[in-house]
Amino acid sequence: MPELAERLRDAQAGDRRALARLLTDLEDGALAPSELGALIAAGRDAHLVGITGPPGSGKSTLVNALIAAWRSRGRRVGVIAVDPSSPVSGGAIMGDRIRMMDHHGDDGVFVRSMASRGALGGLAATTWLTAAALDAAGYDPVVIETVGAGQSEVEIATLAETTVVVEVPEMGDEVQAIKAGLLEIADVIVINKGDRPGADRAARQLRAMLSTAGGRVSRPAPPVLVSTAIAGDGVEPLREAIEAHRAGRTPEQVRTRAGELLRRAVATRAYERAARSADWAAAVTAVAERREDPFSAADRLLG
Amino acid sequence: MTADASARPIRVLLAKPGLDGHDRGAKVLARGLRDEGFEVIYTGLRQTPEMVADAAEQEDVDVVGLSILSGAHMTLLPRIVELVRGKGLDDVLVAAGGIIPDADVAKLKAAGVAEVFGPGTTIGQVATYFREHARRRA
Repeated sequence: MPELAERLRDAQAGDRRALARLLTDLEDGALAPSELGALIAAGRDAHLVGITGPPGSGKSTLVNALIAAWRSRGRRVGVIAVDPSSPVSGGAIMGDRIRMMDHHGDDGVFVRSMASRGALGGLAATTWLTAAALDAAGYDPVVIETVGAGQSEVEIATLAETTVVVEVPEMGDEVQAIKAGLLEIADVIVINKGDRPGADRAARQLRAMLSTAGGRVSRPAPPVLVSTAIAGDGVEPLREAIEAHRAGRTPEQVRTRAGELLRRAVATRAYERAARSADWAAAVTAVAERREDPFSAADRLLG
Repeated sequence: MTADASARPIRVLLAKPGLDGHDRGAKVLARGLRDEGFEVIYTGLRQTPEMVADAAEQEDVDVVGLSILSGAHMTLLPRIVELVRGKGLDDVLVAAGGIIPDADVAKLKAAGVAEVFGPGTTIGQVATYFREHARRRA
């Protein structure tokens, strides 16, 4: 395998195959920790945009429309589209690409499908690394489309700078809007399929419920937009809202994200160090035989 | 993160090149391969050879599976092989399935299509073939 610096240079110079292979290696955990550090250091602070929402709400179609909006402004767009792996066979069917075919042949767009491979938060464990690679290769924004999310697949909010939650007019009543979970992590909410009856009403209800927020968690109510992605309606205002959110980022938000990246790096490194230890197999046996609890074993392996 | 190459799922791009709109077979195969543990990227109907080759490159797949029932296989499939190889994807397996006359199979193989699966092929046969012939990576 060539050096990471060389592979990144090739990717930055437009070698799409080199980038594709790098993404595969990241997904398969084939890079050394020092290379992962260099990869993230090579990033250019691309805007990481998360797109999440229930299955069939139009996330991929919306991403397709957003790509066009960004391309018309000269931005190079990277997309990671995550679909679920089968808990039974480990296989997956990834179909997000079907909706994004408008941009085939455009060298300013790179779309990669990714199976979740057992992770449960709506992303794969290595999605953050593949996003970092697209950033390092010169794509900005980098859009991450999650697995179709229910109410609590909220990991995207810890990774993306701007999280867009896509809903549909039939999303339910005001009580759904005040439940904990997906809507809470939204920086921007968009009611897609806006040509269906009730879209404007759903948007009004959401705005009313979200504006009553208070208590200990004070954050501004996210804007609620309406789009019809398939026709391109409402996409430009959505792009503007996404960019306005980043323009308004606070030092505290930057710190929170940095803390999250550090947490991921620490977890990765600590696990690697422990798993490399000569005592690992013995520790697994001790935990299996209930002679030692896993936390004590972890302390010992990392100590 | 463990780097167990043998446990890594084989990635397959399934596409329907050309203009026929019958994708039941491709969808059944996608579902079957999912159940066999493959990661399948399904790109849907009416794909041009350029679209297929672009997707194969970005997705870094091990196998490109082409379903075609329209009769245009002698035009489209060799072109796809040519484009895929032109992108330097030398080790990607290109296979086809659908309604393809026996007389054309040898010509397609000569053009670089590794295998042609006709009616009556089982999912298991396709899965076994892909496992045995898809590239292995270090």
